[in-house]
Amino acid sequence: MINCILAGVGGQGTVLASKLIAQTAMGKGKNVRTAETIGMAQRGGCVVSHVRIGEEIHSPLVPLRSADVIIGFEPAEAVRSLPYLKEEGIVIVSQKDIKPVTDSLANTNYEGTEMLDYLKSHVKRLIIIDVEPIFAACGSTRVLNIALLGAAAAAGVFDISLAEIERTIEHKLPQQFIAMNLKALRAGAKTAIKE
Amino acid sequence: MALELLMGNQAIALGAIRSGVGVVTGYPGTPSTEILETVAKRNPGIYVEWSVNEKSALEVASGAAFAGFRTMVTMKQVGLNVASDPLMSLAYLGVKGGMVIVVADDPGPISSQTEQDTRHFGIFAKLPVFDPSSPEEAYLMIGDAFEYSEKYNTPVLFRPTTRVCHGYATVDLEEKRFEVKAEGFIKDPKWAIFPRLSYLNHLKMEARQPVLSEDFSSYRYNSLQGSGKKGIASGGISYAYTCEALSNLKGECKIFRVATPHPFPEKLALEFLTGLDEVLVIEELDPVIEKELVYLCGKHHLPVRIMGKLTKHIQNAGENSVESVSKAVSEFLRIPIHPVKPSEDMPALPVRPPVLCAGCPHRASFYAVKQAMKGRKAVFSGDIGCYTLGNAKPLDMVDTCLCMGAGITIAQGLHRAEPDAVNFAFIGDSTFFHTGIPGVINAVYNETDIVLIILDNSTTAMTGHQPHPGTGKTMMGNISEKIKISEVLKALGVKHITTMNPFNLQDSSAAVEEAAANKGISAVIFKSPCIAVADPAPVFSVDSDKCTGCKLCIKELGCPAIVKDNNKVRIDASLCYGCSICAQVCPFKAIGGAN
Repeated sequence: MINCILAGVGGQGTVLASKLIAQTAMGKGKNVRTAETIGMAQRGGCVVSHVRIGEEIHSPLVPLRSADVIIGFEPAEAVRSLPYLKEEGIVIVSQKDIKPVTDSLANTNYEGTEMLDYLKSHVKRLIIIDVEPIFAACGSTRVLNIALLGAAAAAGVFDISLAEIERTIEHKLPQQFIAMNLKALRAGAKTAIKE
Repeated sequence: MALELLMGNQAIALGAIRSGVGVVTGYPGTPSTEILETVAKRNPGIYVEWSVNEKSALEVASGAAFAGFRTMVTMKQVGLNVASDPLMSLAYLGVKGGMVIVVADDPGPISSQTEQDTRHFGIFAKLPVFDPSSPEEAYLMIGDAFEYSEKYNTPVLFRPTTRVCHGYATVDLEEKRFEVKAEGFIKDPKWAIFPRLSYLNHLKMEARQPVLSEDFSSYRYNSLQGSGKKGIASGGISYAYTCEALSNLKGECKIFRVATPHPFPEKLALEFLTGLDEVLVIEELDPVIEKELVYLCGKHHLPVRIMGKLTKHIQNAGENSVESVSKAVSEFLRIPIHPVKPSEDMPALPVRPPVLCAGCPHRASFYAVKQAMKGRKAVFSGDIGCYTLGNAKPLDMVDTCLCMGAGITIAQGLHRAEPDAVNFAFIGDSTFFHTGIPGVINAVYNETDIVLIILDNSTTAMTGHQPHPGTGKTMMGNISEKIKISEVLKALGVKHITTMNPFNLQDSSAAVEEAAANKGISAVIFKSPCIAVADPAPVFSVDSDKCTGCKLCIKELGCPAIVKDNNKVRIDASLCYGCSICAQVCPFKAIGGAN
């Protein structure tokens, strides 16, 4: 069984990323289950997608200390989900922080770098992705989810190849977004390999 | 047969389509919304509508069911409160075509006002309840629900919870669709409820309960497994957690899975209880299965200790998880587990409550009202929708929120208690059509001084942008006559009605001040589309030479696109929708548009 947590902020596209993982795994004849955050929390709140790939899966929720991989769409959200990670699990995280309004109002001075430092000292296998060059190359900030997915696939965490995810993107995304997302996927994969 | 990755709600929709459903109605509400949307998307020729509210939805479906159509009605748990009037009477009349009322419960609650348990409605109305534990099971179970509905000529409740509704799983779809040949409506006194008929039907309903209970004892998803002196009873998603916990703990005991909590499968339950010393009941929301088992032990003098929510072995609020269930099971079976200790050195994490989106017109509307009422005694009654998020600081503009449509009437009660305050009621467009209109009539009729603020963003935003009577689009893809809120208000007798673009802050504020000066009910309609359905305007940016770092924009508006940057502020271009209100608020003219 492979357990995966995708943690981010509402609007970052965690649901689509988790669906693409699940769809690709299913295409390979695996059994999958996911649990999504949909509704009120999506408005800028914390969102977590659970994806489980295996033979016999009961719960759609990943138990604590059971995730093989956490894909952090934002540094603090990766830290928040860390209790899900297995001892030997891997964390793939975007470097770019998102500062909530509450932080500016309360002057709590949240900095993503502090979270990344914490991850560096607490996670054995950590891949930090600088998403800015990928955004620049793709001409959009809306490709974060796919870039991280590319990084995760390249790191070999799901037993799914990059080519297999490419095929899912080609089949499942609207025609006009395919080229941009394939570019982001490959860019994410390349960054992960360099790390 | 074809495998497809489906969300639970999609599986329910496709299961209903497979079962030959002919009419589908509902009102959006998390976590139920995608069911009806999927029926509309994969429509093989079914009539499907977003009704104006859940009561209307159930009544429309009742008419079709009287004529022999298979019908499905979808809503969230609190929606059934609105539809409870037709539900209770329909239970007495019954149906001809199968009717499945899908009511999604939300343990947590994750996106709801209450943690009410729809299984109680089944008990209250004496209707069968089906409780699926996974998307693939829901796909098949809804077909069973239609069959039971027709076999017993009664509407049935189908009660998934959030983790079934919003989880994806591999579902094996059947291509063949069940064909329903509706007989049509045949006139008969049995379709008109009268006291005498109710009495006679009540007798039949009571006689039916034990028959259904017996029938459910052999229902395919009610099951007994395992052996021993200890037993676990469970249902819904908690059953999945139980299986996971037992598999992780390598624990063994007798397991009773309850897929039809009402009428309770008594015969099967007795078979489960026989020979047991102790039972742990694992369920979410209320102790429904637990109370049934306690009752059966009393009725049959069984010396079995029943544990669960009533004995504090299971939490009595919030949703279950693999961890909470594992802990309860490990204590029950006395198999030790190592609890996961929270990390002690975790840094302070940013608090991230849901907020109004950058560019949301509601932010401008709330701000305009707030400015107009500065220094005055005013109470702001809110309602259900995205705009409930106007409660967050710095706007802090939702003083009360109760249920759909209640803001308008609560403001009237507040006025009777505090006539010296200006009492505002905020309501969105979809909620206005849902249950807002009677409250407006109430204020006109009783001559109550309130200011009604309509937040018209031309969609049902919170649940994912469904059309409503004001949008002129239907779920059959037709364009209908748009119902204009201003004309509705006028027809209801509201004398002062102004329509404003909220992004013009100064004029909006002036309009609110003027409205507050009137006697009786006066209305300001803030009309501007939701950012998700409108094209974004060019983004704004901060001139760092002019920005003094006063952060007034952040403190006044709380827009997620405005962030602190060293000692100044910056606009995150990827979030900005160019709504312009920060530029209007900045005292140093440091924020500007694209040019």
